[in-house]
Formats: sequence, structure tokens, C-alpha cells
Amino acid sequence: MRQENPNRKILREKRSRFWSSFYAAIIYALFYIPVLVMIQFSFNDAKRNYSWEGFTTAWYGKLFSFRNHDLWEALVYSLIIAVVATVISVVIGVLGGIGLKKFQFRGKKFINLMLYVPIVVPEIVLAVSMLIIFMTIGIKLGMGTIVIGHCTFCIPYAVVTIKGRISGDNDTLQEASMDLGANRVQTFWRITIPSIMPGIMSAAFLSFTLSIDDVIMSNMLASARQSTLPVLILSVNRTGITPDINALTTLMVLVMVFGMLVMNFIQRRIAAKQAREIAESEKRISAMSSHG
Amino acid sequence: MNPGTKKKPHSRLPMIAQAGPVSLWMILFVTIPMLFIIFISFMTRGTFGGVEYTPTLTSYKTLADVIYLNVILKSLRVAVVTTAVCLLLGYPFAYYIARKPADVASRLIMLLMIPLWTNSLMRLNAWMLLFQTNGPVNKALLALGLVEKPVMFLYTDGLVLLGLITNFLPFAVLPMYSSIEKLQNAMLEASADLGAKPSTTFLRVTLPLTCPGIFSAVILTFIPALGTYTITDMLGGGKVLYIGNIIKNQFGTIRNWPLGAALSVLLLLITALLIFIYSRFASIEDMEVM
Repeated sequence: MRQENPNRKILREKRSRFWSSFYAAIIYALFYIPVLVMIQFSFNDAKRNYSWEGFTTAWYGKLFSFRNHDLWEALVYSLIIAVVATVISVVIGVLGGIGLKKFQFRGKKFINLMLYVPIVVPEIVLAVSMLIIFMTIGIKLGMGTIVIGHCTFCIPYAVVTIKGRISGDNDTLQEASMDLGANRVQTFWRITIPSIMPGIMSAAFLSFTLSIDDVIMSNMLASARQSTLPVLILSVNRTGITPDINALTTLMVLVMVFGMLVMNFIQRRIAAKQAREIAESEKRISAMSSHG
Repeated sequence: MNPGTKKKPHSRLPMIAQAGPVSLWMILFVTIPMLFIIFISFMTRGTFGGVEYTPTLTSYKTLADVIYLNVILKSLRVAVVTTAVCLLLGYPFAYYIARKPADVASRLIMLLMIPLWTNSLMRLNAWMLLFQTNGPVNKALLALGLVEKPVMFLYTDGLVLLGLITNFLPFAVLPMYSSIEKLQNAMLEASADLGAKPSTTFLRVTLPLTCPGIFSAVILTFIPALGTYTITDMLGGGKVLYIGNIIKNQFGTIRNWPLGAALSVLLLLITALLIFIYSRFASIEDMEVM
């Protein structure tokens, strides 16, 4: 084999590390440039966002004078839908994730397949097929139909997230709990739920973010009178986005990032607490066995 | 065990309580609507919109029309280009993150997720602001003397493509990242020890082992790119038509449900084909969707 000067090898590795970091920075720039531009234009001193006219914070003030009714109404509408869809999706997703992992029943394969449909099929197809059903049966479009639509693509993600969190030793813990005299409901609330809590939180966060940012389902399944915030943005885009929309979405990102940090913190606390409890009980068991 | 408790060993109640709601939801809101849209695609268009329940193949014949065929082919072409660019840009990026120590990698992934919490339409709007006729990109091009007069970027296929790529790239990176992350160092070292050049190791070890991730990325970019109408609506200004826009219009102003249904069925078939190919060389259960 050809011997290589070690110095040259180190130099080459350094250079390749530099170029790969440089490449990653460019890709990150591709993701962050639009976000930064969006934030920049929330400070734009112009009626509508076409070009940069100068710096002002007035739009944030105007936002909180609540003069733009449409914007706030759309936001509240979106938030209610997102919260309701998240609660429904997480409840059904947690039960389903556990049930589909634990039980064997006829048609289980089919349900598992169906769960992948909303994930892989284009959203427009899902939305349109639900729209046809609702129109044919005569269900009035509105908040209810949007919630159903959002749940339909949130539930599969919730199920997948929860399933991934259920480990093998879950069964042993549940059996131990039942042997010690707890009934099914107690076992569910005190053993199963705490052990998959981080998964439940991830599922909730994911469902909320999917719902609040959804355009296609919300657009197709909405009534003509009220639309969600993303649908409002889509329709306003033709005439030009007003900077207060940028201000509002900027604040929403900040809230989301903060929410994510809090969730991470809680998840880590739960994991640490569980690790501590396991260590303690192991210590107790080993103490018991050495005394006995 | 306490003999007083009335517990049937084969009670079906917990199973129905847990697996029941999700099964019912999926059948009611996925299976039935999907079957119904296939059914509608074979029906006749009503005179005043809506559907007349007379079976016909008219909608599918319409799809073979030059106008629609062109839109379908163009959408397919754009989705292929989007997917290819996402894979080419995304794979090295995913590789870069996956080879970092676990704590750094999870932070880099977090850094990738944060922009996704920004409203996606506002991110698209930001690209429009950058590429306005008198926007910063044009100003820079003029200042550098690369162009004589401002370039019209807005409402062109090029800008739509940029929007599609930046929108779907994160979803291509994530599954490839989880695939590369699972790759064991020992494998790569073994290959190198056996005298393989880095390029050989990449082609014969890394690439085949990360294939499921790559194919998940294809599914998660190609199919949504084929079906989108918001990105094409925002950046194409409604002038550039894709399958998604046409489907949407059939349920809005044009009111030709069977045609919209037939186009949806076409998208369903393309999806099913891709999933079938995927299932040939990896388990669907292993598909990374996040």
C-alpha cells in the first residue's frame, strides 16, 4: 500500500471537514433565509409587502390594537381547530397505538395499511374524497369538517409515534401491576400512560403543528364564511400580504420554539426521573437479595 | 389472584376500546372516501355541477386530451426534478448530520425543524419578496452587471421549482438521516480494511444499506410535490397549472367532480405504484415518516 505523509493526511481531512461544514451551512441558509425575510418584513414601513420601505415596529402595535378583525378571527378559528384536532388525535392515537401493538385481530393488517394512506397519499386527494362524501351525505362544511380532516392525517402520525415508544418491557410492567392487584384502568393510567408520556407529548406537538399550518384540507373543507389563518394568507397573497400578518406569524414561531423548548425540558425530566426510579428499585432488590 | 374479581380471561372489551376508535376512524374517513372517489370517477358529470349516477368512462377519456395530458406530464416532470434535486442536495447534508456525535446531531436536526414551524405560505411569500422585479436578487444581478434589465422571476416555473425544493427538502433529509444514522462504523471500516476505495465503499456498502431511507425520501417528496396546489398557486400566480390546481378547480369554479375524481384516482395509482416498488425491497412498517 502507498504510504502517505501523515501531515498531508491530516491537512486533507481538515480541508474536507471545512467543505462539508460549508455545504451544510449553505443548506441551512436555504431554510433560514425565507424565515429571516419573513421576520424582516414584519418591520416594513409599507401598507403592503412588495418592497422594503424602511423600519417600523408599528405593525406589532397595530396587531395588538386588535383592529384587524379578520386576522384575529382566523387565528382563533385555527387555534380552536388545532386544539380540538390535537386532543382527538392524541386520544385515538394513544389508544390505537397501544391496541394495535398489543392485540391480534382480524383486519389488523388492513387498518395498519389504512394508517399509511393519509401519510403517503397527496393531501388534495384525501381532502377531495372527504369533500365528496360530506357533500353527498349533506354534512354542512365548517369547523367540524375541518377538524375531521385534520384528525384524519394527524391520527396516523400519532399512532406511529406512540407505537415507536412502546417497548417490550411494557408488557412485563403491566403484568406486574395486575399481579399486584391493580385493575386494567389503574394499570392504564399509572403504568402505561406514564411510560409513553414522552411519545404522547411528541404526538401532541406534531398534531398541533400539522393542523395549525394546514392549507389544503382547511381550504377544501371550509365553509365560505370563515377560513383558517393559512387559508386567509393564501387568499390575501393575490393582493399583497400586509405586514401585520408577518408580525403575527413571527410571534407564532417564537411561541412554537418556546413550546418546543419547554416540551424538551419536561421530556428530559421524565426520562431522568424514570432512570432514577429504576436505579433505586434495582438497589433495593439487590439489597434484599444480599440480606436474604 | 383475588377470586372475587370478575375478570374474563378473554374479554374483548379492552381490545375494542383501544383498537376500535382508530379502526372506525380509518374506515369511515379513509377507506370509504377513497372507494367513493373511485366510484365517482366512473360517473357522469351533472348538468349543473354535481354527479349523475350513470356509469361512463368520459372522465378518463378526457384525461387523454392533449391539454390534460400536457399538464399531467409537466407535473410529473416537475415532481421528478424536485425529487432528484432534494435527494442530491439532501443526501450529503443528511450524511453530514448523521456522522456527528449524537448530541450535536440531535441539535442540528432541531435546527432543521425550526423553520418548519413558520407558516409555510409565509416562507413562500418571502421567496416572492426576494425575487420581485425590484427585489434584492434583481438588484444584486443588476449591480453585478449580470443582467441588463430586471429578470421576471415571479410566476415562472423556475420559482415554483425553488419553492417546491425548499419546501420538501427537510422531508427528504429526515428519513435519509435516520437511515444513515443506523449505519454501523464497523461496516465502513471493514470495507476499507478489505482494500475498498472510499468511492467503492460508498457505492457498495453505504448506498445499498441506506436505500430504505432514500426511498422513503422519494415517497415523501415526489408524491406531495405531484399533488401540491398551494406552492404552485402562490409562486405560479395561478398562471402555471399543475395536477393539484386542476383537481382543486374541479371542486371549485368548474364543478366537474368526475374529472377531479379521475385525476385523484390517477394520483392514487401513482402512489400505489411507488409504495408497491418500495415494499419489494423494504418493509412498509420500517418506512421512516418523520
